[in-house]
Amino acid sequence: MAQAKPKKNGAVGKKLVGMADVVIAAAQRAKDPTFEIPIRALSNVSFNPRRGLIVMGEKKQSRSFFNVGMAKKFMQTMLVADALAELQQADLTTSLREIYYRTKHTIQDSHENTFDTQDESDPIIEDLEVSLVALREELHVRAENSGSIVGPVVFGDDGDRVDCAKLGKGGYSVPSIVEPEYLEIRRCTADFLLLVEKGTQWNRLSEDKFWRRYNCVLLTGNGQPPRGVRRLARRLHEEYKLPVYVLVDNDPWGYYIYSVVKQGSINLAFESQRMAIPKAKFIGLSSADPERYELPRNVGIKLNDKDITRARELLNYQWFQKPAWQQEIKRMLTSGLKYELDALANKDFQYLTKKYLPRKLKEKDWLD
Amino acid sequence: MATKTSSRHAESSVSPSPSESTVSESGASRKKPSLIEKSASAVTAVEMGARQREISVSEFFTKNRHLLGFDNPRKALLTCVKEAVDNSLDACEEAGILPDVTVRLETVMNGQAPVAPSQATRFRITVTDNGPGIVRQQIPRVFAKLLYGSKFHRMRMSRGQQGIGISAAGMYGQLTTGKPVKVISRTGPRAAAHYFEVQIDTKKNEPLVHENKQIEWAQPQGTEVALEVEGRYQKGRASVDEWLEQTSIANPHVRLVYHQPEGETKEYPRTYHELPASPKEIKPHPYGIEFGALLKMLQDTKSHTVASFLASDFCRVSPALAEEMCKAAKVSPQTKPRAVKHQAAETLYKTIQTTKIMAPPTNCISPIGEKAILSGLYKQIKGEFYTAVSRPPAVYRGYPFIIEAGLAFGKAPDEAAKPQQAAVPLAEGEDHGNDTEQARVIRYANRVPLLYQQSACATFKAVLSTTWRHYGVSQSRGALPAGPMVIFVHMASVWVPFTSESKEAIADYDEIQKEITLALREAGRRLGIFLRRRERAASEFRRRNIFELYIEEVVAACNRLKGGNLPTEKLKEQLHKIASTRTGGLKTDEALGKTNAGPEGLPHSIIVTAEGIEGDADLAQQAPPARASASMALQAEPIAQTKTRPKAKRGAKEAPNSRTGKSVRATKANVGQQTLFETPPTKKTTSLKGKPAQASATRKRK
Repeated sequence: MAQAKPKKNGAVGKKLVGMADVVIAAAQRAKDPTFEIPIRALSNVSFNPRRGLIVMGEKKQSRSFFNVGMAKKFMQTMLVADALAELQQADLTTSLREIYYRTKHTIQDSHENTFDTQDESDPIIEDLEVSLVALREELHVRAENSGSIVGPVVFGDDGDRVDCAKLGKGGYSVPSIVEPEYLEIRRCTADFLLLVEKGTQWNRLSEDKFWRRYNCVLLTGNGQPPRGVRRLARRLHEEYKLPVYVLVDNDPWGYYIYSVVKQGSINLAFESQRMAIPKAKFIGLSSADPERYELPRNVGIKLNDKDITRARELLNYQWFQKPAWQQEIKRMLTSGLKYELDALANKDFQYLTKKYLPRKLKEKDWLD
Repeated sequence: MATKTSSRHAESSVSPSPSESTVSESGASRKKPSLIEKSASAVTAVEMGARQREISVSEFFTKNRHLLGFDNPRKALLTCVKEAVDNSLDACEEAGILPDVTVRLETVMNGQAPVAPSQATRFRITVTDNGPGIVRQQIPRVFAKLLYGSKFHRMRMSRGQQGIGISAAGMYGQLTTGKPVKVISRTGPRAAAHYFEVQIDTKKNEPLVHENKQIEWAQPQGTEVALEVEGRYQKGRASVDEWLEQTSIANPHVRLVYHQPEGETKEYPRTYHELPASPKEIKPHPYGIEFGALLKMLQDTKSHTVASFLASDFCRVSPALAEEMCKAAKVSPQTKPRAVKHQAAETLYKTIQTTKIMAPPTNCISPIGEKAILSGLYKQIKGEFYTAVSRPPAVYRGYPFIIEAGLAFGKAPDEAAKPQQAAVPLAEGEDHGNDTEQARVIRYANRVPLLYQQSACATFKAVLSTTWRHYGVSQSRGALPAGPMVIFVHMASVWVPFTSESKEAIADYDEIQKEITLALREAGRRLGIFLRRRERAASEFRRRNIFELYIEEVVAACNRLKGGNLPTEKLKEQLHKIASTRTGGLKTDEALGKTNAGPEGLPHSIIVTAEGIEGDADLAQQAPPARASASMALQAEPIAQTKTRPKAKRGAKEAPNSRTGKSVRATKANVGQQTLFETPPTKKTTSLKGKPAQASATRKRK
């Protein structure tokens, strides 16, 4: 870790300083200082079926200073770049919110604040990530720690040995930066990795020591998994060849979580190659499960308008074009119901651990 | 707010109820026991008949005084003032006298210790005018008989309509304090002044005269009414003060002096020195009449044939058209009107409704006029932009009417230019305290302000349904537009359709609604132009400003990125240079100076800026409707302002005797103002084009 620092610092730091050079150079030639920023939207991503990844296109938007609509954003971009460079020099990591506070001040001789809310500074950090081709971790910005892992895996974290098999039912809290320089995977003897959407169900599995019985790693991101969790899953998958199974609620949002784990997200398409796990499998809850596992209809929840709209959008995404997936989503739409993982408790508190997952694994009942 | 204190007097109505009347003598003694036994369920027709009797109008209104606007003490006080002032103004205008009205409001101690006006419960209202006076014989009936008056039976525009108002006010006083109405009236300098004390006999609806004598009166002519009533005096919305102020806006030809109960005196000066054109009386239009009314008219007419009845008792019916209608209705034109009955009358009625008849004449209406509205608004409301719109006459149910709208927008420049509060950095979620103030709607019917039941009024509904966002004013769904704005709506008609007798809201006829909406839209469009122009100027300025502000930040960030050894001044200078070329450089500066300029192209509008007032120079040229121009003031005179207004900015110094157009001192600031009050004698005047500097009226300010 220590020896890697100076070099990394230099690379990203230089890029940030380069932004000041753009302004100075443009000013000297009496030109409008302009940055090119790749567009982060559905219109600028495409699905690469061969690699199984969402990749970013070539479209860029320019952000120039002397344009009334962009002037403020340009100024904000410079401020954020400055703050990030400061982090590099001091070798500190920080949160998105701290960046917001660091860069917020009232512009001299006016009532105007540089930033009014964090919603203004967050996208600028993402802009810088893509335009400088620097990962958020490399920019020393961390997300919140919101993920847990338990199972036969041993990490080295800041020199401490963390054996996730000996952390009780609480497990190890996944840090937001899990690059090898920060988190070392010393040993892993598991057979597969189970990524659970919900913390509650992860608790259930952890409490029942599911991981011991089936020799697996249990990972959760409490909803949409944060980057640290996804990156860790990817590393375990890549470095220890663990097959990855994803267990989510049966609703459009669950499907999308799975797809983000598998192919990457639209917003952070440029990071897909580092994060995505194209071989991840969707283990449940499938829209076929309620019937197969005889879940009563009354534990379902009626799809609301938002759900239906979202499901229709999913149907159109390139990466959901496999016939099995079209069928899966359409089946949910036809039934008009969604099911939460928690609904399995209707049959038995330990139904998930004792019946559902064992049968799924035995029957190899999953979607690709 | 209308019913806040309403129930206090509910029990105090004193009229004997009809049900207490005596039972018929024959049945009374014998049947009494059985009556009690059977109670109310078994009353014979005879007994019921014995109880049935006439109810006098006065008795009816004693019980239902809320119908006349006496629901609660606060509103009652206002209603009394209003009725008295309305009567005065109507009388003066009809007699061709510029009204000079004094309203005096005093608290009455009634033997108790003096209290503050806001705590007092009894008031004496004295309204004095310089009108034609009332002949001695009529005084008792005018003031102490309900439904007695000159205005009900004719089709002519006036404030009062039914002849209820002042007598009802007197009756209310009588009910709550027991005091009679005191009237002094003098019909001319040579006539004697008569003093009356009258009350109303609520059973008979007839006046009772308590006192009648000749007295010495300082005033050569006019009427004074004094009422003593129970009431409540409160300032603010729907108060006497507000009503008088609004009255003065819509009646700039009236000089109004108001002695407040606190002892202060407010004067609303006359800014218009010509009476509104006297409205002509018209006959009813055939479309506006109901079947029953037609039957009655057939009975009452002096004509000998149906054809001549139609031609002479209605407007817009020529003898030829009358013949035609008779033919269509299969009634002989020679039939006696009294002989047209039943089926024949109904056919005639239907035929009339389906025949094409010209719209009624509109000279029976006298609109306030755009200039007068502007001057009224400008006089009373501080703002940056004023405009006024008079619609052409329209017709509902055979009654002609005219809608006028006005707008006063913005804060007075001196107020807006107040030193902004020290720059406190804003926290998240805070904003610059944008105005969430909603617009105020002031409504008038025949020049009388309407203060209550705003949401039931057609004008208010029209304001709501207008999409103000199109004109650059924000408005949330189903709400009034937001912003410092006063919206003025006036309906002038021979018969204003009120939703109740207390004349609080205009009924929602489609035709009326449409006209109001059109007038508001026109006013809104002008406001939109004004706002956009101002916005454009501001945004150019802001554009420049943005870059200047941000350059500092960007340079500072660059400097830090480069480790603090950047020639910052040089970089700043380079960027400033780019900014200035990008924003149009000097051209923009000129544009900036220009775009702030006056309201070219905006008819009937005034714009007030920090440098001065810019009236529409073309205003004088735009031929106002003939009626309106006739009623316009041709002279201007110094106006005494009671309210403090910006001195240096708005007021021009004295420029005496320069009406003839030689004033060289007329500055930009007073030019526009004058065009407003100084109308060229004829609409053909062309010499004023763009150079209204010959106008010279001055406004003195206290």
